[in-house]
Amino acid sequence: MGFAFNGAIEQGLLFAIMALGVYLTFRILNFPDMTVDGSFALGGALAAKLIIEGTNPLLATLLAMVAGAVAGIFTGVLSTKGKINGLLAGILTMIALYSINLRIMEQANLPLLREDTLYTMVKGWELPDLAIAGTTLLSGEALVFLLLVAVVIALVVWFLHTDFGLDLRATGDNPTMIRSFGANTDGTTIMGLAIANAMVAASGSLVAQYQGFADVGMGIGMIVIGLASVIVGEVLFGSSTILRAAIAVVLGSVVYRLVIMLALQAGLEASDMKLITAVIVIIALTLPNVLKGVWKKTTQTKGGGTHA
Amino acid sequence: MLKVSQVRKVFNEGTVNEKIALQRIDLHLAPGDFVTVIGSNGAGKSTLMNVISGGIIPDQGQITIDGKEVTKLGEHQRASLIGRVFQDPTAGTAPNMTIEENLAIALGRGAGRRFALGVNKQKRELFREQLRLLDQGLEDRLKTKVGFLSGGQRQALSLLMATFTKPKILLLDEHTAALDPKRAQLIVDLTEKVVEQNKLTTLMVTHNMEQALNMGNRLLMLHNGTIILDIPQEQKKQMSTQDLLRAFEQARGGEAFAEDRYILT
Repeated sequence: MGFAFNGAIEQGLLFAIMALGVYLTFRILNFPDMTVDGSFALGGALAAKLIIEGTNPLLATLLAMVAGAVAGIFTGVLSTKGKINGLLAGILTMIALYSINLRIMEQANLPLLREDTLYTMVKGWELPDLAIAGTTLLSGEALVFLLLVAVVIALVVWFLHTDFGLDLRATGDNPTMIRSFGANTDGTTIMGLAIANAMVAASGSLVAQYQGFADVGMGIGMIVIGLASVIVGEVLFGSSTILRAAIAVVLGSVVYRLVIMLALQAGLEASDMKLITAVIVIIALTLPNVLKGVWKKTTQTKGGGTHA
Repeated sequence: MLKVSQVRKVFNEGTVNEKIALQRIDLHLAPGDFVTVIGSNGAGKSTLMNVISGGIIPDQGQITIDGKEVTKLGEHQRASLIGRVFQDPTAGTAPNMTIEENLAIALGRGAGRRFALGVNKQKRELFREQLRLLDQGLEDRLKTKVGFLSGGQRQALSLLMATFTKPKILLLDEHTAALDPKRAQLIVDLTEKVVEQNKLTTLMVTHNMEQALNMGNRLLMLHNGTIILDIPQEQKKQMSTQDLLRAFEQARGGEAFAEDRYILT
């Protein structure tokens, strides 16, 4: 239990960076960006390939982020300049990236056995676990991840309060208004998608280093996992301010991993996890409405019908 | 200050849905002019506003603002010259952002976008001072999300935001139409105050004939994409809404002004 619990926390924190990227597009930009499935795997694939070829793992991760940003820019240009529906633009990039990722990896799976990665580096520090009364709460590695995620949250929150960040938020909130104040919404959309997908690719490369391999299918369903984290986080922890929402997304990501862990321990197969993910998202999306009394309202409109 | 010459705009040209929105508009606003614009649905009022703001690029003609040709510039490229308030109170503000964040965006109009915090202590003081002028108690609610404000409050805020950086041209697009009479009057008073204070060159579309007569120093009536009446201040002062309706009929050779909206309000 303790081992699995720790694993869930560690994964939750690493995937949280991806979830924050999804938060940036879905919530801030109001752009349903499907690029994520492709850019997550792109991050993992490129970082793994570069590390195997002897690149410094930190540099490999940064280059993976640049590649993710390029993928985001591509989707952004398709959507804003090419006037392709945003959903479709993301799907097109995602599907194109599948082939590109295979080209990068040259095989479907790249193991990182015996390679020096950021994860082996952190392991090598042999940090003490955070334990209370003999029970391990957080492994030393998880503490490092936590610190990393805290820095990412701080950067995201700061960025969204800069002049440029305000424009980005207004682009998602009221594009007509922000155009009348001189912001180029095409530019802000493209920039937002670039930043979000850089974060997703960073997450992908860290996950690959953490699990010790990159797989061409590692991004499949990632957008739904990201959404699950965002929505579960918002429902459980609130989103009244940007800071609160960003923390909620990270906690949502951890909660999601804990639920998956419990589902696995309850005897479900790893192959059932996509189904579990979909169920989590559906519950998180419908539960607040049910609690707000959707049922009651429906019966009211039946009787009155004057709510036009 | 604003020069619209020979501007023409046709939608869906060459199809059965062809619609001549602007036939050939010539309009010249001197600095400090406050022009009210009336006209029935489809007269071309919105199109005129949009070709000035850059939302629509005209087929022919030229638009210059403060000596600068802007005919082909996109909306965001000429935004530093133009302030605009829309009819819909939700159109001019970002609902999920706070009052101070909205104002910071307005303040940043035309300035380069920078990676510095959008709101700081100094700006906050300026925002409070400006909001106090609106007399809506908003100066104590800087961190409230704009979506929580009433329509009148949002429109007052929109007006402040549109005029914050003293634009060369202020476009008011039926900006009191969606409000109840009391709130509308409040926004009318506020508009006159702001325009007067900042000596803004203003073009105001309205659906209210009394408003059109009482406000500003010049009145235009649009019909089928042309300016059919251009009434200067002296003449405008002495006119009643009945006179205005009669003037329309004369200009149209007997066709009655058929728009309930105007006659009933």
